[in-house]
Amino acid sequence: MKVLLKNGRVIDPAAGRDGQFDVLIEHGRIAKIGKSLAADGARVVEVPAGFIVAPGLIDMHVHLREPGQEHKETIETGSRSAVTGGFTAVACMPNTLPVNDQAGITQFILKRAAEVNLARVYPIGAVSIGSNGEQLTEIGDLRAAGCVAITDDGKPVNTALLMRRALEYASMFKMPVIEHCEDPSLKADGCAHEGPVAAMLGLKGIPAVAESIMAERDISLAEMTGGHVHIAHMSVRQSLRAVRDGKSRGVNVTCEVAPHHFTLTDEAIKGYDTNTKMNPPLREEADRAALIEGLRDGSIDVIATDHAPHHADEKALEFDRAPFGIVGLETAIPLCVAKLIQPGIIGWPRLIELLSAAPARILNVPGGTIVEGGPADITIIAPDAPVTIRAAELVSKSKNTPFDGWTLTGAAAATIVGGRTVFVNRSVTGADRFEERA
Amino acid sequence: MTATAATALRTRHLLSIDDINEAEIALVLDTAVAMKEVGARSIKKVPALRGRTVVNLFFEPSTRTRLSFELAEKRLSADTMGMTTAGSSVVKGETLIDTAKTLEAMSPDMIVVRHASSGAAHLLSRVCRSSIINAGDGTHEHPTQALLDAFTIRERKGRLAGLRVAIVGDLLHSRVLRSNALLLTKMGASVVACGPATLIPLGLDRLGVTSTTSMDEACEGADVVMMLRVQHERMHGLFLPSVREYFTLFGLNAERLKRAKTDAIVMHPGPMNRGVEIASDVADGSQSVILDQVANGVAVRMAVLYLLAGESKENE
Repeated sequence: MKVLLKNGRVIDPAAGRDGQFDVLIEHGRIAKIGKSLAADGARVVEVPAGFIVAPGLIDMHVHLREPGQEHKETIETGSRSAVTGGFTAVACMPNTLPVNDQAGITQFILKRAAEVNLARVYPIGAVSIGSNGEQLTEIGDLRAAGCVAITDDGKPVNTALLMRRALEYASMFKMPVIEHCEDPSLKADGCAHEGPVAAMLGLKGIPAVAESIMAERDISLAEMTGGHVHIAHMSVRQSLRAVRDGKSRGVNVTCEVAPHHFTLTDEAIKGYDTNTKMNPPLREEADRAALIEGLRDGSIDVIATDHAPHHADEKALEFDRAPFGIVGLETAIPLCVAKLIQPGIIGWPRLIELLSAAPARILNVPGGTIVEGGPADITIIAPDAPVTIRAAELVSKSKNTPFDGWTLTGAAAATIVGGRTVFVNRSVTGADRFEERA
Repeated sequence: MTATAATALRTRHLLSIDDINEAEIALVLDTAVAMKEVGARSIKKVPALRGRTVVNLFFEPSTRTRLSFELAEKRLSADTMGMTTAGSSVVKGETLIDTAKTLEAMSPDMIVVRHASSGAAHLLSRVCRSSIINAGDGTHEHPTQALLDAFTIRERKGRLAGLRVAIVGDLLHSRVLRSNALLLTKMGASVVACGPATLIPLGLDRLGVTSTTSMDEACEGADVVMMLRVQHERMHGLFLPSVREYFTLFGLNAERLKRAKTDAIVMHPGPMNRGVEIASDVADGSQSVILDQVANGVAVRMAVLYLLAGESKENE
């Protein structure tokens, strides 16, 4: 089966490409890219004007919840949510039940993902057994089984010593250590950003420095060990400053931010909607503005959603008792368009760098670029398509989003994984031509 | 904000002092004057809420607030029922929403709720048809306390505008502070909040109050000194080193009270810790209005219940 995508705006920052090109897909791979390619027996798909042909988006921070919390999400529903949001690949966090701290669990996840056969799923293993912060996992074995990074996400790596050893040990396998930066004593039982809004609402605060102190610790350890630390879901300007300082000293540090952190501030928690409760919490405007600037100037490497599904029953509680987290896979593109593209903060090549090329590079996984011989993982983006986010209509098993009812612009028109069209967006005009026909 | 006199409350619920404006606050206080008169009669009962049902839903231990509401409801001839957490379905794992909906299936008109979580009353107002009265939610607000405090101040001082009110104690965890700060500043009083630096919330100034860690400074020229309870569990470990040091630095004694105006009044929402935040001679002294607050609490809650019931009647 050959498909020729004709005359799309191909944006591939890794290859330095941005222009009208044809892309020929054959046997799941990119066979050729160029101008005016001959059909040569391929099914020709004329890409609608204005649509973007991008290397498949990769979300390097999602919680698929399987095994153990299948009432929130499964590998199947999470994968379906991913491709609906335009992601051809996701990296899934190890805080499942049981924790992904041994090869058998990694293999289970990969087996389920293969059966589901939608998005590529890259498991991330635990740093410590049970993520309990005591003993290193068999990181070599996890790597061999298919893990692409390690983390104790959900909580920080317990001690500086454990982080040091994790960075040293993981560097043998060229794996990043992904860190959920949070000083547990400063966070305590906080549930909102410590500041005037939390003070008014009577909610226990999580101070900004709870995050940045840990980021500074880890950057110092990465500097010492030469290991690669990746700061997950960075939310405060103090952490960004630490990352910038580290990078300027040549430390192997990268970082990601989540769309909700550059879209909303703690003003959104007024009214106590538990769908505005996540960890790290929504921060203040100065932080939001700093993250936007970091995305613009290149200090921030990646946009990742921290897709954290929770069942409606679990969220229908008092604010301080509800779990942290929101779903993010299906809202990422329109939020990026609204907050980054439309205000002119960054252009599409930079956005695709943040959503595709950079995570591929950091996790050392295939994709992130459209090159001859590479996997045909492609996201077709309709940047001007009107979208209204409807929580009830999300494909994810959970509907915990604060963006219900938001009217935005930009959507995945089609998602192609390994040359196979795994998602076509029927509400986008012109997307139907990507439909595979028997 | 409207300057004209209010004749009704626009809100169906009382969740926060933010729900009512200056004119509505004045309406509540004026109505409470008439309600107080009812309490002075030999037959302390009026038929205003006859046939109405009020549920008192207390998820936290409370004596004075719960009894004050109960008495207020009875004096208005409402049918009341109460639920406290001990022995209730809550201990069996029922959620707040389910508990409220279960009670609501019995068609009450109003639910008075006390809960340990900030925002609990807001949550109920989103899922219930009844009027919700917040009787204290976590460390967020306690609006009827602020109204009864304002009533007591006005009764003694004749006004609220232009007064200097010092509020002293555990500012971080106090719902009384938040409601009072909102109400008093709305009514034109100036509020200085005083407490140890470990118990001052970040961004307190956005409540329109000034803050200080000097008790002497807070008391200086005050018309009202309002002491807040300091919970015993804050007294050990990381917030405060000891009761002894707390009383030395922040306790209200007769000497410190001299810095306030000679006719200053001393308030406390209760329950008091004698010798912790307030000396006994001050608590029981001539400037203390602490028991007036308790008495006025009934009248103010009658006013709130009456006015909210009037509102729900119009919605029928």
